[in-house]
Amino acid sequence: QEPQASGLPEYIKIVEVGPRDGLQNEKVIVPTDIKIELINRLSKTGLPVVEVTSFVSSKWVPQMADHKEVMRGIERHPGVQYPVLTPNLQGFHSAIAAGATEVSVFGAASESFSKMNINCSIEESIEKFEEVAKSARNMNIPVRGYVSCALGCPYEGNIIPAKVAEVSKRLYSMGCYEISLGDTIGVGTPGSMKKMLEAVMKEIPLSALAVHCHDTYGQALANILTAIQMGVSVVDSSVSGLGGCPYAKGATGNVATEDVIYMLNGLGINTGVNLYAVMEAGNFICTALNKKTNSKVAQASFSTGTVN
Amino acid sequence: QVSSAGPYPRRVKVVEVGPRDGLQNEKNVVPTPVKISLINMLSETGLQVIEATSFVSPKWVPQMADHTEVLQGITKVPGISYPVLTPNLKGFQAAVAAGAKEVSIFGAASEQFTKKNINCSIEESLERFNEVMAAARAANIPVRGYVSCVLGCPYEGKISAAKVAEVSKKMYSMGCYEISLGDTIGVGTPGSMKEMLSTVMKEVPVGALAVHCHDTYGQALANILVALQMGVSVVDASVAGLGGCPYAQGASGNVATEDLVYMLNGLGIHTGVDLQKLVDTGTFICNALNRRTNSKVSQASCRL
Repeated sequence: QEPQASGLPEYIKIVEVGPRDGLQNEKVIVPTDIKIELINRLSKTGLPVVEVTSFVSSKWVPQMADHKEVMRGIERHPGVQYPVLTPNLQGFHSAIAAGATEVSVFGAASESFSKMNINCSIEESIEKFEEVAKSARNMNIPVRGYVSCALGCPYEGNIIPAKVAEVSKRLYSMGCYEISLGDTIGVGTPGSMKKMLEAVMKEIPLSALAVHCHDTYGQALANILTAIQMGVSVVDSSVSGLGGCPYAKGATGNVATEDVIYMLNGLGINTGVNLYAVMEAGNFICTALNKKTNSKVAQASFSTGTVN
Repeated sequence: QVSSAGPYPRRVKVVEVGPRDGLQNEKNVVPTPVKISLINMLSETGLQVIEATSFVSPKWVPQMADHTEVLQGITKVPGISYPVLTPNLKGFQAAVAAGAKEVSIFGAASEQFTKKNINCSIEESLERFNEVMAAARAANIPVRGYVSCVLGCPYEGKISAAKVAEVSKKMYSMGCYEISLGDTIGVGTPGSMKEMLSTVMKEVPVGALAVHCHDTYGQALANILVALQMGVSVVDASVAGLGGCPYAQGASGNVATEDLVYMLNGLGIHTGVDLQKLVDTGTFICNALNRRTNSKVSQASCRL
């Protein structure tokens, strides 16, 4: 590890979204025991947060139909958080009954995306989330808020930073402890990332912000670097870069956790995560899915037989 | 400063190395007419520098055996530079005879890499280059210098920034107008890029520096971003990300020009390059090579 480059956060919290966001966007339905094994392996890597599953109707998201079994089946390691997605109050109650101790809600900065994705307006979705947030508050359950399409929308194209700031502020005000800003279709660049963050930082404290970058156009690490240069210290990623892009057939989606950690290690930033252990977990799930990894670090390391 | 998210240079010169560095590291030997078409298509994209070929012995690099035919066969568009590699005086003379107007020489910051690659020490390689420099000066031919292994070596591992600066300074002092710093095995990160550049910039003016990043560990664009933040305004890239890594089988090598231009466009940095034409050129060469593109921009743009 290198001595830390000045001006950057000393520690970055990595939020591992592979088991949920990653698998949700993989074509092959993964057996429950494989999901549990993946999460258990990830729990041993030092990752502080592993997003487990989604309490959404199996009609909409068949991959997450086994949410209860997965939630109940995983080992819960001390010091690791296991958030689950809860799109509404019903999902929230179901999640709590299954043992969830943290939940996430998903908003969007685009009306069209909100309509196409969850069949309601941004305002209507916020109302649903407020119900969840209220129940969560009563039960002392932390809620994480996601804002999709923060740097562009597959339907609307350009998204104005002020809109991202507005939606983020609504989620934060209702009690979300953290807002994860998602470049859902990966179109963002360091230029648009900077503008968007500047607008959002006016409304939300830096320490409550996370970035969730997709690598569909190869820009993820450059965008993440820009974000951390601006002081963001929470980064979402997916082991092996699991999860393609549902809006660009054959294109990639999530940024690979291995590649993010490699970069942060090189910057001397502490993550607490063992890169090699993540690569092994990635190798496990790729074998199970019968697919090649999307992580360049994993590709290079396995072919040279050395870990840099 | 690494911590500032800007400012950036207003313009960046993109040096396209696909036809040479890219193809040289592709398994399939590409027919001469395809190489010529590739370069001609690249000449239509707005790129100002296109590395055409290498005047090296075909015994060592079979892919570049047709160097004379390629250089003579391409349409030389006014305003575009078509540098060629010349490892020694013999190659230089052959290049000039074939019509070359700019040449490149390749040094390294690692003794072991130099030994394995060209079978001599760094010092000996620089002596050879001196001959090329003298001849180039006499013929008014500009020379670009490359330094390999600037952020790590497949044999030596870690490379000291001081060594990179030393080799760069020597090549600059001998007359190279530009020094392209190559992360040959792609192991660098924004941290090591910053450290290396700060040291090199003490010896070579930033206006004479270029970065040549490999994407083997997915770090290329982040490394390039840091280089831009430090004032570097010349970046090498390869259309479709042509050229695997000879040191990590199956791993990627050069950063894709399309992905680089996409990022620079997003930063409002002027390159003069038409991204769509570049994507189309990448599609052409990938079809000819019967392989998938390494460019994510290109992958995302295909909705098949």
